[in-house]
Amino acid sequence: MLTKRIIPCLDIKNGRTVKGVNFVDLRDAGDPVELAAAYAEEGADELVFLDISATEEKRKTLAKLVLDVAEQLNIPFTVGGGISSVEDVDILLKNGADKVSINSSAVKNPELINQLSEKFGSQCVVVAIDAKNVDGQWKVHLVGGKVPTDIDLFEWAKEVEQRGAGEILFTSMDHDGTKNGFANEALARLSEELNIPIIASGGAGKIEHFRDTFQKGKADAALAASVFHFREIEIGELKRQLGSAGIPMRI
Amino acid sequence: MKKNKKIVIIDYGAGNIQSIKFAVQRLGYEAVLSNDAEEIKNADKVIFPGVGEAGSAMRMLKSTGLDKLIPELKQPVLGICLGMQLMCNFSEEGNTQGLGIFDADVKRFANTVKVPQIGWNQITNLETHLFDSVNEGEYVYLVHSYYVPECEDEIARTEYGVKYSTALHKNNFYGVQFHPEKSSKTGEQILKNFLNIELRS
Repeated sequence: MLTKRIIPCLDIKNGRTVKGVNFVDLRDAGDPVELAAAYAEEGADELVFLDISATEEKRKTLAKLVLDVAEQLNIPFTVGGGISSVEDVDILLKNGADKVSINSSAVKNPELINQLSEKFGSQCVVVAIDAKNVDGQWKVHLVGGKVPTDIDLFEWAKEVEQRGAGEILFTSMDHDGTKNGFANEALARLSEELNIPIIASGGAGKIEHFRDTFQKGKADAALAASVFHFREIEIGELKRQLGSAGIPMRI
Repeated sequence: MKKNKKIVIIDYGAGNIQSIKFAVQRLGYEAVLSNDAEEIKNADKVIFPGVGEAGSAMRMLKSTGLDKLIPELKQPVLGICLGMQLMCNFSEEGNTQGLGIFDADVKRFANTVKVPQIGWNQITNLETHLFDSVNEGEYVYLVHSYYVPECEDEIARTEYGVKYSTALHKNNFYGVQFHPEKSSKTGEQILKNFLNIELRS
C-alpha cells in the first residue's frame, strides 16, 4: 500500500541550515548534508530544502548544495526558494534534486508551471501555496505569506493542477508556527477536489496533529520543521505511533 | 576486483541521472555517463534511466540510434522508471512505440487514484537475484503516472488501485519502475544485486 509521507523541511541560508537544531550527535548541525543524512537515517520519507537567502550568489550556492546533498542522500528531496525560471530548474535537477517547488513565481507567471512540466515532467513540479483565511475565504498570499492577493486558494489549486503540477504543498498561514495542528478542513477539500497529492504544512506541534491531517485532512504527506529540528517529535517514534493508529507508514 | 567493473549509465538527456551515478558511487563503484555506442557496448553493466515524457524520450533515443542499440545489448541492462517503460512494446503516453524488449503495453493509472503516484509503496512476489536479501513487502520510492499491467516478465508486483508489475526480467534485461537510487537501504541492496549479476554463458 502507498504510505503517507513524513517530510522534514530544512531552511537554508547561504548554504547553511538556519533554525536552531538540537541534534546531539551531529558534528555540525548547520551542515545541511549532515542533517539531511541524519533525518534519512531516522526514517524521513523525503526532505525539502527551502533556500531563504537573498544574495547575489544564491543560485550558485544552492546548486552546489544540491550536488553535495545528492551525493550523500538515498531518499528523494525537493528544493525551493526563489526559483523563477526554466534555467534555474534545469541546473537543480541536473545536480540531483528530485523535485523543485515554486511559489510566488508561479502566481506571477502561471505559464512557468506548464513550461516546467512539459520540459521535465509533472512529477518534479511541486507548487507551494501559502494561504490565509480572510473572512471565511481562503486567499493566496505571496512572499512567504506577507503579501495578500485576491486569488482564491481552491481555484488557484485547480489551475495549478491543470497546468501540470505534480503535487501541491499547502501552507496555512493561520496555522503556521502555532503548533495547534494543520488546516484540515481546507486540506480535505483540496484532496477531494484535486487528483494530485497534497502535502500539508503549517501547524505541527504534536503527534496527534499528524494523525489528524492524514485522517481528517486526507493529506498525502505532512511537512514540518521546528518540531523535528528541536527534537520535540522524533521521526521514528512518530511513524511507529501513526502506524499503530492504522495509517500506512514505511517503518 | 569487482570495483573494476565498467558501469555505463546511458545519457540521452532524460532526467535526473546524477542521482544514479552517486548511488553507484556510494556502493563503491564508478559509473560513466555516456551516449556513445562503443562505450555502451563494451560496458559490463548498463543502466538505462529515464524521467519525463515517453514520446520525447523515445525521440531522443532515435535521434542517437540508441533505440537500435539497446535491444541488441548482451550484458545485464537495468531500466529504471521511464527506462523500464520504454523497454516495453508500447506506451499510452504519447502513443509511443517502445523498444519491444518486454512484451507489455504501458497504461495510465485510472483517475480512481491520485495521479501521479508519488511516494513509498511495497513490492511483493519477488523473483530473481535482483531481489536477493530483500524481504517481501519492502518499501521502495515510486513516482509515476503510467504503469505496466501484470505480465509474464514480472519479477515484482505493487498495488495502487490495481496490481501491476513493478519489476520485469527477460534474458539479460531487467527493469524496475521504482527508483533504487532513492529507495534508501532497500534500493541500495537492489542496485548492488544488479551490479553483482553474472550472466551464465
